[in-house]
Amino acid sequence: MNTAPVSNPFAPTQFERRKFRRANLNKWIMFGFCAVLVIPLIAILVDIFVKAAPVLSLDYLWLNPANKGKEGGLWAPLVGTFYLVIGSLIFVAPVGILAAIYLNEYAKEGILNRVIGIAVTSLAGVPSIVHGLFGLGAFVLVMLPAVNSVIANPNDRATKWQAGLLTASLTVAVMNLPVIIASAREALGGVPQSFREACWNLGATRWQTIRTIVLPNSLSGILTGVILTISRAAGETAPILFTGVTFFKFVADTGWEKVFPYNPGEPFMAMSMHLNIISNQISQMPEGMKYGSAAVLIGLILFVNSFAIILRVWLRGRKRW
Amino acid sequence: MIHGKPHIEFRDVCAFYGSKQVLRNVTFTVPRHSVIGVIGPANSGKTTMLKTINRTLDFIGGARFTGQVLIDGENVADFRDPNELRRRIGMVFPLPVGLPLTIYENVAYAPRRRGVTAKNELDEIVERCLRQSVLWDEVKDRLQMLGTRLSGGQQQRLTLARALSLSPEILCLDEFSIAIDPVTTMRIEDVLKELRKSMTIVLVTNLVQQARRLADNTLFLWRGEVIELSPTEIAFSDKPKDKRTYDYVNGIFG
Repeated sequence: MNTAPVSNPFAPTQFERRKFRRANLNKWIMFGFCAVLVIPLIAILVDIFVKAAPVLSLDYLWLNPANKGKEGGLWAPLVGTFYLVIGSLIFVAPVGILAAIYLNEYAKEGILNRVIGIAVTSLAGVPSIVHGLFGLGAFVLVMLPAVNSVIANPNDRATKWQAGLLTASLTVAVMNLPVIIASAREALGGVPQSFREACWNLGATRWQTIRTIVLPNSLSGILTGVILTISRAAGETAPILFTGVTFFKFVADTGWEKVFPYNPGEPFMAMSMHLNIISNQISQMPEGMKYGSAAVLIGLILFVNSFAIILRVWLRGRKRW
Repeated sequence: MIHGKPHIEFRDVCAFYGSKQVLRNVTFTVPRHSVIGVIGPANSGKTTMLKTINRTLDFIGGARFTGQVLIDGENVADFRDPNELRRRIGMVFPLPVGLPLTIYENVAYAPRRRGVTAKNELDEIVERCLRQSVLWDEVKDRLQMLGTRLSGGQQQRLTLARALSLSPEILCLDEFSIAIDPVTTMRIEDVLKELRKSMTIVLVTNLVQQARRLADNTLFLWRGEVIELSPTEIAFSDKPKDKRTYDYVNGIFG
């Protein structure tokens, strides 16, 4: 009987051990790059919130800025950003979603559809300052005079609409349109084609199919896309720079006028612009005020994005196939 | 109720995907309330043939067909509203599709789109169709469950139930038993024998024995051409019209 130990035929060979070490090393290199990505983000957040901590309070949100933003709070720009976001969503959400439904559900595969798809994608990459200049040309210089010729009293300059919330909202809407179309198309495209075909085979019309099957199963995805554009609308200065934002506008400290401070035809204040100006245009600005504005703007965007995250988690939970 | 006119008639039908021809001058008729078994290897145009009947070929980019497909003497190309045509024809494709709705709503889907809203009427349709597709006993206690959570074979029967929900006059089955166990398949076949009293059935199948069991006539389609259309006992006999049919049926093809 042979009792000599038999070598294990499945023991790792020299080659396998070398490969294993390499694979392990690669994993750590990738982890290193991931850390490089995350560490600056955390550093920025910590730096801003630590330096902003002394000024952060409810009063800081509730009071209007005073003395060129050196004192007081952020109410006026905060509420301006809020109305800018709402205004742009009113314009962009229906247009973008309906356009996406048309492109994804009705338009025949073909050159036209592909060209529109490419146009939408490239439009999403256009710098925001270009959108700002487009808004200046299209809305401030062309649309506003046309509006004024209808509604304004030619002898009374005060009745004329100026660049303001309306023009800025439209500009931001145009800027966000391709983003919403792209994300809505992606959400619609996530609904399997077999569902549509099953409905068509039953004699359901295209619209019945969209209403009963496609939209209910893509709505959360569409809304997530819409919410993500909000942070862009709130954070960008360039598109509103020439189309209605101003650094200072008097806002009442009490009453309804504090909640609805801006007419659509008047310049308004916005967080991004406020931060931009107080950070580099005004001398002797207290450090805390700069960091405070930045913290509030970041907080606002994180707050809005958290809705998108919650929506996405909810969407994953109720995925129905 | 025997009409002189055939229920389904193909006249010289050619179908194309782009420049690729998949049906070549297909001509045949199907009498009312009969079962036609369509057999043939993969890629011979069986599914395309079904898609010309209810005009779902329209949905495929670059696909078109020439010739005439007549339902009750009416050319399908002349239907101004193809959805009307599709409601008259129940269609079951080989991949099971449970719509992301409850089991109940899956079956009630098409009747609801037709404006049926009465609860008892819908209940009746749902029960009838689920019984016909031999799914009722398995799901009667959980009709509010999502149809997409059913197993593949159950979803396939759900698809069949949906196709029956409008009481179509023609039922097209494209390899319906592919995901279903043999025992259940036999029970569905019994139902089909029952159903042919009220509808014409086009049965596309890879199981030649299934065609033999169910079909009155058998059509052998090969590379888009009708090789043989004979009464089933002839097609499966030792002397079908075409030698290739014999070879295919007996597995000595090619």
